[in-house]
Amino acid sequence: MSQAIAVHNATKSYGDKTVLRGVDFSVEAGTVTVILGPSGSGKSTLLRAINHLEKLDEGFVSLNGELIGVRVKGTRLKELRPKDILRQRAKIGFVFQNFNLFPHLTILENVTEAPISHGVKAAEARENARALLARVGLSEKEADYPRQLSGGQQQRVAIARALALDPDVILFDEPTSALDPELVGEVLAVIRTLAGSGKTLIVVTHEIGFAREVADRVVFMDEGAIIEEGTPDQVLTRPAHPRTQDFLSKVLA
Amino acid sequence: MTALAQRPTDAQPPGTLPDGIDAHRLSERRVVPLRHPLRWVITGLVLVLLLNFAQTLFTNPSWEWEKVGVWFFSPPILKGLQLTIIATAISTVVSFFGGIVVALARLSGNPVLTTLSSFYIWLFRSVPLLLVLVFLFNLGNLYPEIGVGIPFGPQFTVNTVATLTPLALGVIGLSLSEIAYSAEVVRSGLLAVDQGQHEAADALGIPKHRQFTRIVLPQALRSIVPAYVNQIIGLIKASSLLYYVSLLDLFGIAQNLGSTYPTDVIPLLVVATIWYLILTSVIAIVQYYIERFYARGSVRVLPPTPLQRLRKALGWNRAKVSAA
Repeated sequence: MSQAIAVHNATKSYGDKTVLRGVDFSVEAGTVTVILGPSGSGKSTLLRAINHLEKLDEGFVSLNGELIGVRVKGTRLKELRPKDILRQRAKIGFVFQNFNLFPHLTILENVTEAPISHGVKAAEARENARALLARVGLSEKEADYPRQLSGGQQQRVAIARALALDPDVILFDEPTSALDPELVGEVLAVIRTLAGSGKTLIVVTHEIGFAREVADRVVFMDEGAIIEEGTPDQVLTRPAHPRTQDFLSKVLA
Repeated sequence: MTALAQRPTDAQPPGTLPDGIDAHRLSERRVVPLRHPLRWVITGLVLVLLLNFAQTLFTNPSWEWEKVGVWFFSPPILKGLQLTIIATAISTVVSFFGGIVVALARLSGNPVLTTLSSFYIWLFRSVPLLLVLVFLFNLGNLYPEIGVGIPFGPQFTVNTVATLTPLALGVIGLSLSEIAYSAEVVRSGLLAVDQGQHEAADALGIPKHRQFTRIVLPQALRSIVPAYVNQIIGLIKASSLLYYVSLLDLFGIAQNLGSTYPTDVIPLLVVATIWYLILTSVIAIVQYYIERFYARGSVRVLPPTPLQRLRKALGWNRAKVSAA
């Protein structure tokens, strides 16, 4: 299998605080990677750096060999113009912890907005959006507004919205952390159906059970660095590093 | 009964249960709401005062209502009203879009644009509108010719007084001042949009201009509209300052006619008042529907409009009649 995402020496600090300390990281196409770690470990920053929502101080990200957000000029990396970055993002879906649906647009409009803005014809975008809403089980909600839906339903719409551009990679930033416990299952179920569909998924989550069941690879981060990575069995059942063991014992307690 | 009183939840009862009362029967009767006798007294007093005043409207002959009727649709008053509406309408539109431009400049992050727009807002919020208007009407003395061109190079100029009519100058004056305020209204609306909305639009790769027109501005307008309508109403009244630069708006006409017909001063002022009330009411109705439009999605179910409520009430009555 080929590498879909490659991150080289991702380094980032906010003032004095170093968030990423030269992270090297790659993901095979079509696989599911789960990133675990205590809060403040830099896992969300790493995820957001992949689609350039977060600018790296040093290092770069590539998707299928194409640099994201930067280009090579001489011996240095130079940031791209916003227009070009926005175009690249069409290949990378992103699902937020707080859904971030557009509250003034209907569910259907939320899903069609991005394709239409990228030049897809309205009728075609609507047809595709209806198919996606059916896939996440929300066909009957297409005329509703986001605030009329439960948190779990909103997150499923957000997943449909991310799928609307048919991205190669979908990034999930703690997709179930803002949900009531009884709504977590329906969102995880939708993500599960995407695993093995050919899309590359990277999921930041605290759902250890989900990681064990769905992930091809688990990455454990702490203090801006990758501490340990491997199969779910390696990292979750027989963690080698004391910090991983400590984290798992706290989360599973 | 004693069992009730001994419950631990009844630890701090506001009143204890008297002996010999049937607690079960007591609990089944509707609780009497608290009465407010003082409210009735105050309401009565206010009504008496109001009726006193209302009576004078009919009994005091100085109101001269028949003359109000005569002046209300008279050509000069309508001409003044027209000027008020035109000056306000143009300034409203110009200052709305001007306000967006200045607000975006202030939020742009470009240090030159940010400083310039802050300076502009500071300048025109500090100087009284009347001063701005009088200044503009003396522009011909300051700059007999105006134009644009390359500094120290070729210029395109026109004669100031011949080009800028009094109305144009009035509208420019009103707009210059109004843009400063509306820029702040727009800026506060834009800042009120959740950062997550920008991120979501960025993550979907929606082009910047479309992000603004489709995602950010519609959400900002929800908080911009009420504040901006306030500005428009202020603008209608501010347009009466045009009188001091010899433009005859609604107030100016009423004032002028009052000097020509000194006995009609009161009815003329009443006519102007009623027209201003009508203008403000029309704007309030339009505001109601615009706010309703931008509220979609932010409340679960929109409440019915007064018209819908009326229709529903009538329909309900009709149904009742036909059923009978």
